[in-house]
Amino acid sequence: MADAPAKQEPLLTPVVDDDATPYWEYAAQGELRVQECATCGEPRFPPRPCCPHCASFTTTWRRTSGRGRVWSYVVPHPPLLPAYAARAPYPVVLVELTDAPRVRLVGNLVARAGAALDSVPLERVRIGARVQAVFADQGGVVVPQWILERP
Amino acid sequence: MASLKDATAIVGIGQTPFAKQLPESEKALACRAILSALDDAGIAPAEVDAFASYTMEETDEVEVAKAVGAGDVTFFSKVGYGGGGSCATVGHLAAAVATGQASVGVAWRSRKRGSGPRPWRNTAVQLPTPAQWTRPFGLLRPADEIAMLTRRYLHEYGATRDHLFNVALACRNRANQNPAAIMYERPLTRDMYMTSRWISEPLCLFDNCLETDGALACVVVSAERARDCRRVPVYVHSVAQGLPAQHHGMVNYWNDDPLSGPAWTAARQLWKQSDVAPEDVDVAQIYDAFTALIPLSLEGYGFCARGEGGAFTEGGALEIGGRLPLNTAGGGLSEAYVHGFNLITEGVKQLRGTSTAQVPDAATCLVTAGEGVPTSALLLRTT
Repeated sequence: MADAPAKQEPLLTPVVDDDATPYWEYAAQGELRVQECATCGEPRFPPRPCCPHCASFTTTWRRTSGRGRVWSYVVPHPPLLPAYAARAPYPVVLVELTDAPRVRLVGNLVARAGAALDSVPLERVRIGARVQAVFADQGGVVVPQWILERP
Repeated sequence: MASLKDATAIVGIGQTPFAKQLPESEKALACRAILSALDDAGIAPAEVDAFASYTMEETDEVEVAKAVGAGDVTFFSKVGYGGGGSCATVGHLAAAVATGQASVGVAWRSRKRGSGPRPWRNTAVQLPTPAQWTRPFGLLRPADEIAMLTRRYLHEYGATRDHLFNVALACRNRANQNPAAIMYERPLTRDMYMTSRWISEPLCLFDNCLETDGALACVVVSAERARDCRRVPVYVHSVAQGLPAQHHGMVNYWNDDPLSGPAWTAARQLWKQSDVAPEDVDVAQIYDAFTALIPLSLEGYGFCARGEGGAFTEGGALEIGGRLPLNTAGGGLSEAYVHGFNLITEGVKQLRGTSTAQVPDAATCLVTAGEGVPTSALLLRTT
């Protein structure tokens, strides 16, 4: 807590819970997978222990195409945590997956995998824009990011 | 089946001053608000045998009960989800009193959010669900989370920033009539609103609530006891909590309709138990951490149809003399942001006829808790 304010703080990394561990393991392999009930086939997000439709505890992780459309987005301005304030204003998008429409992932729209939060001009961001998942390391955890299908 | 309808009443309210920074501790502020509410009711602290507050409340029952001199306490309850718990504190006391678990209940909220830390700055305590899905990507603050739903709402239903301004303006106009409000002497104009800095687009500075130090409390007793109290009883006509199926809190992004929040669930239960309908409501105190929660709540509580919440705010509808006078002490946007407890006390003042922006002959008031999180609501009436 009382550490010297030495270097720039990094972006936050996901604090992974038990149910979501496979999601992040697949992301590390460059795959976007969603949890699905092995009994009734219903996808669910965020991951959880059992199926809200049929109460089955058996799950699979279905690979998706990683394609989606921007359902909504925001542009945060300071005050923010330092690493984010340094890149503000930046877009945060909510992407509805083409393969599982109720699964909407919060993420960053970037010019290319690993590019900065503010690498896409804000005027390029709009609801309905088609996007594709790419993957990049964020503080030791691989996270999905999004690039425009038609930049 | 037993009913809570008009079985209990709010007979005392109390509050401290509101400010960006108050010198006293949250505990001291809580005690002042509670003792003030008991004095207002004309009930001795030793008679208090029930307490209710929020899980986010830092002053606990043990500390508060012994400080104010409560008697033996036989009911105590705390409700979760931040501002979503405000009306439920009164609801829990009403249920306890109506079923004989206790006879004099005190609900309170004391918070130094004005001078204290902003909760979202804490990176050490991150709830894994849902924070792992949002915070790493820079969706850090409640304002960001609600802005995401706001953008979609504006896109889907054609509401505009002018509609959000109508909300901010109505609250500010009422605060300008209320000497206790933080924004008492600070008028708002459309130009100020449209040129203010962004917090999280599409939400600007004036779409966001205040950051306030302050405390409030109220006293709940049975309807029978209420008739012998010092003030006009304000009856708890109907009360409801709401956690919808497949709801995800403030990041309600993962179901069929993210824009239909807990208000819809609470409203169904609230009206089902009530003798009145939305068109009978004289004045409303609707939770306003962000302006966008008002059009959503107007739809959820049945004042207009899906998608009409923006248009509802037009033509001065939320002003005194309008279709539904809103947040008549200034609300969280312009009086004080104390997790919505000031909306409860203002509801009581309206029905007593003592508001600084009194709606003539107000007899029915809706009070709501935070929309976008598991919520609660109260329908208050004079009978």
